[in-house]
Amino acid sequence: MEIIFFYMVALVAVISGFLVIRCQSPVNSALGLVNTFFCLAIFYVMLHAPFMAAIQIMVYAGAIMVLILFVIMLLNLGTAERKRYTHGIVWSSLASLLVLVNFIFFIKRGRVTGVEGDITPFLIESFGHTELIGKAMLTEFLLPFEIASIVLLVAIVGAVVLAKKEV
Amino acid sequence: MTPEMLSLSNSPVWFVGIMLVKLLVVFTVVMLSVAYATWCERKVIGHMQTRLGPMRTGWHGLLQPFADGIKLFFKEEIVPSSAIKVPFLLAPMMILVPALITVAVIPFGPDIQLGDFMVPLQITDLNIGVLYILAFAGLGVYGLVLAGWSSNSKYSLLGGIRATAQMISYELAAGLSIIAIFMLSETLSLRGIVALQQQDLWGVCSFVPNWYVFTQPLAFCLFLVAGLAEINRTPFDMPEAESELVSGFCTEYSSMKYALFFMAEYANMIVIAALTATLFLGGWSAPLNIAIFTMIPGFIWLLAKVYFMMFCFMWLRATFPRVRYDQLMRLGWKVMLPLALANVILTGLVVVILQ
Repeated sequence: MEIIFFYMVALVAVISGFLVIRCQSPVNSALGLVNTFFCLAIFYVMLHAPFMAAIQIMVYAGAIMVLILFVIMLLNLGTAERKRYTHGIVWSSLASLLVLVNFIFFIKRGRVTGVEGDITPFLIESFGHTELIGKAMLTEFLLPFEIASIVLLVAIVGAVVLAKKEV
Repeated sequence: MTPEMLSLSNSPVWFVGIMLVKLLVVFTVVMLSVAYATWCERKVIGHMQTRLGPMRTGWHGLLQPFADGIKLFFKEEIVPSSAIKVPFLLAPMMILVPALITVAVIPFGPDIQLGDFMVPLQITDLNIGVLYILAFAGLGVYGLVLAGWSSNSKYSLLGGIRATAQMISYELAAGLSIIAIFMLSETLSLRGIVALQQQDLWGVCSFVPNWYVFTQPLAFCLFLVAGLAEINRTPFDMPEAESELVSGFCTEYSSMKYALFFMAEYANMIVIAALTATLFLGGWSAPLNIAIFTMIPGFIWLLAKVYFMMFCFMWLRATFPRVRYDQLMRLGWKVMLPLALANVILTGLVVVILQ
């Protein structure tokens, strides 16, 4: 049951990922990417990580893609980039084939050891996924968490400085 | 033996059957409320402006929503020749669907016992309920933006751009005002939040329930204003300001596609009203812990609260003029956001001190 569902969602994810690179209009590509994010969110739910799924949709589909869509619309790339580029197809397909072979080789080489970590589906069910992440962030990973917030603050200030001509 | 919670693992047939019934009932109630919200809005605003509103179709115009629906069905479907087809067709759906699926996590009553199982009166209880709502509220903006851009008309584009800027700015304030609620409830599940609001007020006053509107009045106001701005209701209906943008992002739409935008607007109103009721006004619980009130079933209380909030939204529409765009942005970023942040800090301080 679950494996059938997984394959269905995976199929949609792969198809929408394909549409991202094959659509003529950049807006349609962006919509395909949003759909891919949705499928990823479904995978997070299937992996007992509902918090990650919600954040995936909120941050990627709800915020970042809206901004990307906004930029594409304002620049109106749809009319300018209509002609196809074909010169790179041979080399890029060769390169991606090599990467695929590489991936399959490494995945096949590994062995499933069956070692279980501290965080089990049972623990997530009983304690709560959000609570676990929150606790880890504010105890074990407090320093990286704070550093990330400072980096983001620097980026925000930088964006304001860049956007404003005369400070 | 206490009855088990009905789930997919212990009785799949019953689970699926009851789930379908719940889905159907909730969908019907929401759709009927959407239809009659249009009638109600015209009536309420009419009476507030000393007019009668719709009177011709049925008794006091009660059949007006159906007449409107039939009229819109038979209108010609026009797709402008310069429109970008796929996003143009997708946009009305993309605005209605996030509004409707948000209703799935709103609890509308206590658990009831059916046979050997307990059935929760809620379509699904996610333990990330509030995050789910915030995530899907953020997706509503796609419909507006795509509608505005794909119509290939200047009014629509301006409407779409305004909508995006407005929704992105007010989403922050709405999200931050809810954070104060989490800090008190320590759960993200809407069921848990409603259960906590049924306790005694501040642990002392036994007949008044512990609604979060009493503990968090500032968050309540911020959430209401941000919610109104996020669903583009007056006084924040800049994206469809008809005096300057014809009809904003839906200028080029006709027939049922146009109707979908309107349904989405009212469905969003219902969602914001239901959320306000659930997060701040105790959800389906009775306003006073006395026998006459607690005897009335929970869904009636929830509907009463939702309709009251919607009436307030209509009242606001009849009262306030539309804000200017710069006022809107200033309010969002310079007033609401700092206030919401201050509220979070204050709540944190109080929670720590009281521990």
